Amino acid sequence: MGETPHRSAHAGTGGTRVTSGHEWPAGASARVAETSGNPRTPIGNGLGGGGGLPKARAFGAERAFRGLTLAAGAAVLVIIAAIAVFLIAKAVPALRANTEDFWTFEGWFPNDNPPKFGIGALAFGTVLTALLALLVAVPVALGIALYLTHYAPRRIGTGLGFVIDLLAAVPSVVFGLWGRDYLVGPITDLSTWLNKYFSWIPIFGDGPYGSSILLGSLVLAIMVLPIITSLSREVFLQTPTANEEAALALGATRWEMLRTAVLPYGRPGIIAAVMLGLGRALGETIALALTLGSTYAISFNVLQSGGNTIAANIANRFAEANDTGRGALIASGLVLFAITLIVNITARAIIYRRREFTESAA
Amino acid sequence: MAKRIEATNVTAYYGAFKAIENINLTVEPKTVTALIGPSGCGKSTFLRSINRMHEVLPGARVEGSLTIDDQDIYDRDVDVTAVRRMIGMVFQRPNPFPTMSIFENVVAGLRLNGIRRKSILEEAAEKALRSANLWDEVKDRLGKPGAGLSGGQQQRLCIARTIAVEPQVVLMDEPCSALDPISTLAIEDLMFQLKDKFTIVIVTHNMQQAARVSDRTAFFSIEKTGDPGRLIEYDNTQKIFSNPSVKKTEDYITGRFG
Repeated sequence: MGETPHRSAHAGTGGTRVTSGHEWPAGASARVAETSGNPRTPIGNGLGGGGGLPKARAFGAERAFRGLTLAAGAAVLVIIAAIAVFLIAKAVPALRANTEDFWTFEGWFPNDNPPKFGIGALAFGTVLTALLALLVAVPVALGIALYLTHYAPRRIGTGLGFVIDLLAAVPSVVFGLWGRDYLVGPITDLSTWLNKYFSWIPIFGDGPYGSSILLGSLVLAIMVLPIITSLSREVFLQTPTANEEAALALGATRWEMLRTAVLPYGRPGIIAAVMLGLGRALGETIALALTLGSTYAISFNVLQSGGNTIAANIANRFAEANDTGRGALIASGLVLFAITLIVNITARAIIYRRREFTESAA
Repeated sequence: MAKRIEATNVTAYYGAFKAIENINLTVEPKTVTALIGPSGCGKSTFLRSINRMHEVLPGARVEGSLTIDDQDIYDRDVDVTAVRRMIGMVFQRPNPFPTMSIFENVVAGLRLNGIRRKSILEEAAEKALRSANLWDEVKDRLGKPGAGLSGGQQQRLCIARTIAVEPQVVLMDEPCSALDPISTLAIEDLMFQLKDKFTIVIVTHNMQQAARVSDRTAFFSIEKTGDPGRLIEYDNTQKIFSNPSVKKTEDYITGRFG
């Protein structure tokens, strides 16, 4: 700011050029010049009321930073576009070579000649395991989050919250191995029991039991539990105390208070948390590659060994794949991408539907 | 509809900190009683112990006895939610439920009481909104979010929500401190009307307000920071503001301290 010192000499005296058009007393002009001036000029640097306003600098930290953030934002788009181009370029030849219907064929033989593969069973397995996992995880996660924020004594709440965050740090391969080598036993027993008493429900069909959708979903449920729990805990903590007190003062019990004030307020956040959990469940690879039976059939029998997901199939089959095989796996990756996209769009739509209310809440 | 509140040796703590000590005070039915005093003197704490909202905070507890028409609300087998239904509360900042519409806000308390029938809810909502002088302003947009109203309207909405459950007593914790003068006037007018039906206790920092709206005034004060708040003087408002019997009260209302 080398050119400014001569102006600061006028500070407080009121330069005529600034005040001439105003009726304010001279002393006020110093403040006027600072606040109504160029917002990029730091306030309080001694620029007085005298003289014209300093010019905006052609290049400065402000512009450099703006350029950096713009580049960062653009990079995301470039990367996404590059990935899309790569995926499509690799997938199309394999899809052309496929001699069966990609959507309906239940099998995966892209390395054969002629290649035969279909995404139907994989997409079905992906969605089914993810939904089952959420079905188990969401109520438990919300229960834990509500307990941590509104019922637990502070010390227990902090400790338990820490343990749950730790759960999120366990690598998925560990969950996979644990599921395959340990949980499979209890699940087999549970499957037998469920089949014995509830076989009239079609999803509890006949064996063999073990590496089933049920096992995969439960492992998945444990894996998404920490994400949903810690996000919804943050959401619940943000509920304004004033609203909680309003509910209590109306004579609400603790549970009624949660239902009246906390849950509705946290609804968009809960949906976001569930969707993030769903995103993780849809994309989870190694844990499901280890726990599912790797079959290519569409079946609602969640007890029977079998099941597969897109991501697990990619992990299991990539090593052995030839060119067409890789293309086929990449094509399946594109379908997974599309499923995730649809899930996210749906989530946004749900969140925005009552925007009028949620925005005024913010 | 209105009941007498009798506090005997009420002492309230936040953990180890004693916030108020040995408050003795009787609030007559169908009157407006103002609690005034410097910040931190425990008037809000006392107000919150009248409907057992004080104990909501972790570590907070109340000793002594508080009776509403001779029924001790701190009795072991009294249902705390029943106490709060009987003694409504309006808070310092308007706090309508942000996810609810105007209508849902007003009937929130009724719904908590298990009332589901639409016609009853609608009738009660109109009645409460009329009593809160808000009906004409909102009758065409009952389905809109309560948080979209102006601050003064929100506070009247909160009053409507409070009186919709037909409590015996209405507690107001600085209900106008976040409002502009016109909204404040609207709420003060409302208090005049409401005291026909309810016993009203109001905490206020605004002494003109206390003088305008209340029949009786209680002056709370503390010796120094960290000491518990005590009731210094309790008398008819007119007496407190024209000829207080305690020097400290006089100093406070004439602006010489606090």
